[in-house]
Amino acid sequence: MSALSKTSEDGSIIGLEHEPAGETRHERESYLRAGHTLRSWLLTTDHKRIALLYLVSVTFFFFIGGLAAAIMRVDLLTPEADLLTNEGYNRAFTLHGVIMVWFFLIPSIPNVFGNFLIPLMIGARDLAFPRLNLLSWYIYWLGGLFTLWVLVSGGVDTGWTFYTPLSSMFAQGNVVMAATAVFIVGFSSILTGLNFIVTIHTMRAPGMHWGRLPLFVWSHYATSVILVLATPVLTVTLALIAAERLFGLGIFDPALGGDPLLYQHLFWFYSHPAVYIMVLPGLAVVSELVAAAARKPVFGYWFVAYSSIAIAAIGFLVWAHHMFVSGMSMYAGAVFSFLSLVVAVPSGIKVYNWTATLWKGHISLDPPFLFAMGFIGLFVVGGLTGLILAMLAVDVHVHDTYFVVAHFHYIMVGGTVSAYFGALHFWWPKMTGRLYPVFWGRVTAVMIFVGFNLTFFPQFILGFLGMPRRYHVYDQQFQVLHVLSSTGATILGFAYLFPLIYLLYALRHGTPASANPWDVTGLEWTVPSPPPKHNFERIPLVTRKPYDYEVEKEEQS
Amino acid sequence: MSRAAASPPLVPPAKQEHDATLFGMGIFLASEFLLFGGLFTILVFYRIVHGHEVVEASKELHLWIGALNTVVLLTSSLAAALAAKSAKDGDQRLTQRLLLAAAALGAVFLVIKAGEYSLEYGDGMLPVPGGGGQLVEPLSRLFMNIYLVATGLHAVHLTIGIGLFVFTAFRIWHRSIRLPQDQLSIVVPTLYWHLVDIVWIFLYPALYLQR
Amino acid sequence: MPGLRALLPVYVALLALLATTLGASYLPLGGWSPVVSTAVALAKAALIAGFFMELRLEGAALRLAVFAGLFMCAILLVMSSVDPLTR
Ligand code: HEM
Ligand SMILES: [Cu+2]
Repeated sequence: MSALSKTSEDGSIIGLEHEPAGETRHERESYLRAGHTLRSWLLTTDHKRIALLYLVSVTFFFFIGGLAAAIMRVDLLTPEADLLTNEGYNRAFTLHGVIMVWFFLIPSIPNVFGNFLIPLMIGARDLAFPRLNLLSWYIYWLGGLFTLWVLVSGGVDTGWTFYTPLSSMFAQGNVVMAATAVFIVGFSSILTGLNFIVTIHTMRAPGMHWGRLPLFVWSHYATSVILVLATPVLTVTLALIAAERLFGLGIFDPALGGDPLLYQHLFWFYSHPAVYIMVLPGLAVVSELVAAAARKPVFGYWFVAYSSIAIAAIGFLVWAHHMFVSGMSMYAGAVFSFLSLVVAVPSGIKVYNWTATLWKGHISLDPPFLFAMGFIGLFVVGGLTGLILAMLAVDVHVHDTYFVVAHFHYIMVGGTVSAYFGALHFWWPKMTGRLYPVFWGRVTAVMIFVGFNLTFFPQFILGFLGMPRRYHVYDQQFQVLHVLSSTGATILGFAYLFPLIYLLYALRHGTPASANPWDVTGLEWTVPSPPPKHNFERIPLVTRKPYDYEVEKEEQS
Repeated sequence: MSRAAASPPLVPPAKQEHDATLFGMGIFLASEFLLFGGLFTILVFYRIVHGHEVVEASKELHLWIGALNTVVLLTSSLAAALAAKSAKDGDQRLTQRLLLAAAALGAVFLVIKAGEYSLEYGDGMLPVPGGGGQLVEPLSRLFMNIYLVATGLHAVHLTIGIGLFVFTAFRIWHRSIRLPQDQLSIVVPTLYWHLVDIVWIFLYPALYLQR
Repeated sequence: MPGLRALLPVYVALLALLATTLGASYLPLGGWSPVVSTAVALAKAALIAGFFMELRLEGAALRLAVFAGLFMCAILLVMSSVDPLTR
């Protein structure tokens, strides 16, 4: 059996004998039962409840964005335009991008798991500003409603990048409304980042100094710094896009003396750091999972911690690698090409340290850890192809092809989404107090890995052969690879649906979880599952390093 | 890894809350910098690419009106800083008056600004419907567009600041703020006010003094 | 008034800096003109931050936050100038 069937706190063996899943004492006293009305959820300031509100919300948007992707993959089965019109296809990939980036990837791990875990991990009772936390969820939904409005009112066709002068002069769709949606959700990001930074600085339990913070917290700290410093630039840029469209300002319009490259600079000043907003929380999760899987302290704690900060800092200096063939000065191209190679170093450090952590560990193959291993592999492929793209000369050939599409999906979907599912499978027992069927978790992890590679590996080849991105009518020779990709997408789609079934099933019928079902370290595992409303009966006194596995074994024997 | 212990919190909660609030405000200010940073980037970019035209366009602005407004805003900041000090000293009346004085100076700024806009409108220099007849060069029109956006965004911030100050003064009068206990409720809006002032300090040379 | 004695010199210095930047704009400084006006603006901002906002008395974390904001603005301005400067 897996680590899931461990002894519960009162000594009875659980997991084997399928005890009827009635309500346990811990559940009765938990945050889940502290108030049953809808009001007690919608007006809650409990970080754990807000995390669950976010969990439901981002899941909703994940499936909407996924639906758009599914429609595109069906359309791409044949070289002709048989399902969607050209216009329809443009709208599908724009909506897919906008929803996935701003309504799923950016909020996903920070707002669900960061929200739930950061206070628990640092020994606090809540975030520093609980009401701000709730406000940020409402702002998220306000932006979400605008997006849904765009969706039903006919969509938008600029791509998630809103490039000018397409977006400001020529695009047909509801650009202003879409820009407004993203504008609004940006404030939600800023509030979350602000809240996390202040919480991590001022709410740590006694003894929890910086060197004892779990790496999850370090990475979220780095993410938050990017959130508060990069997002405002997007905010003002989107406002200018709307103003260009409504009043013809001309700042980005060459016909009026403006410069579209200026738009790209401003957009990517936000959006390259934003890709790290999307992946750093994934790295956060995987650092925890790797240590838990190997039952060893993370190799080179400080390297991993500081590499998150380094990624956040250097990530601000590389944005123009998206503009190599835009007509930007070639000297600028050379500078940004070099800096883009530099940013891969801290990412590499992390991978090496994880590998060293796993080395000679007794690696557990429970679902969360399978997701983590999948993450490492896919992240390496994504990162290395990033390096390829960062080489000025190579990028001239593969820019705006499927190669780029494959590159960022390897990181954002293969990486971040895998980490998200890993986190879900790791902390689900903590969040809900129930264990889920491990077998199905393993099946899902493997299916996601296989389906993902089948979907996106062919896209590297497609791009290399010259298939441009954002086209749905293509040359006959590309069909085989597109069909492979769509097949993979089908597998992937089913694999994403499975957890919805068995995790929800576990909610009612799962075996109650002990406080520490994986037998790992971390303050969040010292409180009952699910945690009580105020997390800690007494604020803990922290006396040890994180991932202190050896010492814990001594205590047991 | 850790043990629950009957440890008294090392930091008293009031101090913790004080630090958290100020720190949160600091982060908010940082993100406001970046918001205006986008606009400054645009100004710097066009200054580099079209230096001559930008300088010519900048010379058309009324730099003495801008200077007068800078003085008004600096004075308001002095009043705001004094308000924060007297709040710490617990002088409710003085704090209230200083806040209202700062807010009034902010309003004076807006009135002067409006007067400046209408001068420019009369000269055909303001790129709004019905105006801007004199802006024949695309780049001078572009510059005035940026000017309008930047000063407009600044004015919005200033208006919010005035609202905050009046509201805070009202709360002192209403006794829902008591000094010096609730001094943070004064300090936080004054920090915002100073930010708005600092933004203007950079906007002024970037718009009016390009030479 | 408490603090007026301490803050009045700062206020006067701010006005003097304003006069400096205005005066400098009449001098034929050429390419140095933006440098001078930026330097003066930075000095003014430092005075306001240090004395009016009393950041010099507050915790290091608060100073760090504000500084990070300014620093990142500088990064944005400098790095986005690389392209237009070398076109
Ligand atoms: C290891 C460091 C990385 C390097 C050196 C790198 C490099 C690049 C380069 C050069 C491009 C531009 C390709 C082109 O358009 O021609 C690119 C595109 C992209 N990368 Fe990366 N990348 C890295 C990591 C990441 C990460 C971590 C993410 C996301 C979490 C990411 C997401 C993206 C996205 C979304 C695009 C395409 C944007 C678009 O055009 O729509 N990259 N990357
Ligand atoms: Cu990038």
